[in-house]
Amino acid sequence: MNQKLKSYNSQTYMAYALIAPAAIYIILIVAWPLLETIRLSFTNSSLAGEDYVGLENYQKMFSSKKFNGIVTRTFVWMFFSVSLKLIIGLIGAVLLNANLKGRSIFRVLVMPPWVVPIAIGMLGWLWLYNGYFGIIAGVGMRTGILDGPFGFLAYKQSAFISTIIADVWVGTPMVTVFFLAAMQGVPRDLYEAAYCDGASKWDRFFKITLPQITPVIITMSLLSAIWTFNSFEIIWILTEGGPRGSTTTLIIDTYKQALGNYKFGRGAARAVVVMILLMLFAGFYLALLARINKKISHE
Amino acid sequence: MTFILLPFVEMFYASLRPLDHLFRSPYQFYSDDLSFWAYREMWNTVPMLPRYIFNSFFLASVTSLITLLFVIPAAYSYARFKFPFKNSSLYILLAINMFSGAVLLIPLYKVLRTFGLLNTYQAMIVPGVAFLIPTSIWLLKSYFEKIPIDLEEAAFVDGASRIQILRHIIAPLSTPGLVVVGIYAFIGSYAQQFLFAITFNQKKEYMPIPSGLYEFIGYTTVKWNEMMAASLVGIAPVLIIFLFLQKYIVAGLTSGAVKN
Repeated sequence: MNQKLKSYNSQTYMAYALIAPAAIYIILIVAWPLLETIRLSFTNSSLAGEDYVGLENYQKMFSSKKFNGIVTRTFVWMFFSVSLKLIIGLIGAVLLNANLKGRSIFRVLVMPPWVVPIAIGMLGWLWLYNGYFGIIAGVGMRTGILDGPFGFLAYKQSAFISTIIADVWVGTPMVTVFFLAAMQGVPRDLYEAAYCDGASKWDRFFKITLPQITPVIITMSLLSAIWTFNSFEIIWILTEGGPRGSTTTLIIDTYKQALGNYKFGRGAARAVVVMILLMLFAGFYLALLARINKKISHE
Repeated sequence: MTFILLPFVEMFYASLRPLDHLFRSPYQFYSDDLSFWAYREMWNTVPMLPRYIFNSFFLASVTSLITLLFVIPAAYSYARFKFPFKNSSLYILLAINMFSGAVLLIPLYKVLRTFGLLNTYQAMIVPGVAFLIPTSIWLLKSYFEKIPIDLEEAAFVDGASRIQILRHIIAPLSTPGLVVVGIYAFIGSYAQQFLFAITFNQKKEYMPIPSGLYEFIGYTTVKWNEMMAASLVGIAPVLIIFLFLQKYIVAGLTSGAVKN
């Protein structure tokens, strides 16, 4: 009988057979396109056809000042967006974790931006940012901060900031929810012990909560960096990368080259850069996960 | 809180106001004749709106059903069997999650073009499924793991076949998990429609709500009140589903990430 049970639980061929459909699907739709993109990046592929051109796409790309600007801009954009998401998310999670009235309602109310299709949320933001009739310009004019209509998406700097704010709006709820889940996992007796020892609220936060949720904070900052890096719809709908390229990030540039101008080769070279950066992020993230898992299993 | 809700409140408020109140500068904070007029009028301004709504639902339903078909056996296998490359392939799935569709668009576009599949429903469904598979496998795996293996073993020893075990033990016990994963896939595919839709589809008949509405923004005078009304109609279904089931979805999503 034991023999029989053993066979029930260790049928490797069965395991593979069940995974095969999903695996083949992923290979066809994700893995093959990745490899094909790498190949295309060495060609001048367009709608007309393709020829092998070696490293030309890469040479052109890296020697162009514009491209280097785009890379820098991407990281600056990411840095501000991710930091804001983390800071606001942390504050939000603390507030939602506190013993306040109606917190269960608030916990639900923070989530809509996360669930709603980003593209539709951005249509709302387009209206908010409207220079003549939008509410933000309106409040600015009423309070005298602005002395006339101001199109937030029409000027380089304000468009850059506006897209960051919209991105933070989309990304913060998820960060908050994860932080909150982590805070709720902190053992109660730690707080009770600290309370008996007369620790202040701040002490309890900085000496118990923060160290306890550090692993989650680190994972979330990496994940959030990856998502922010990939963010496409927000910028595309608000500005399409303009005005004058001031909100063009790597992803937007890749898309524009490849599917705006149908220069598949050039687009592919950019996509390869995106891939390499993403792989670095993903590697960091997975290594970190493995380390945290190890720690947990050791304890 | 204000930051998070303001856009929704303002979208709703704008949708209730007549157009000439909206087009006043500086911004007017109140209108005295609020009405649902825009919700009636938008069907005329955006004549294809019912079609867009249908497309959105159709695409999201088909995408999530196909995802489930691929995911159920795979997730079961990960939950029950030990086999070489199990952990590494699970991590690869996580890594796939980090690649945005934008990186893969070029070859997919070329293939779809060669096979004449641009501007069809399939063009939007096929890549959509690929990006939902990884997370869905992780989610469903954790549900399958909760079903005690003793139950299956007992049935097996009593002479039940694998198919019988699947039908009489696993299927009924995993229904709640399947529902949650199905809804996750539905919301996910509803949300990710935009990128694939603007890239692989130019035909109005097949556009989902987001790209259909996005087209209208390009016009010189946008009827903002109707636009906002239509957007809210597009948002409503997912929001309602989510509000009812948020407890399960959030618990499922966070448990994976926090514990790992």
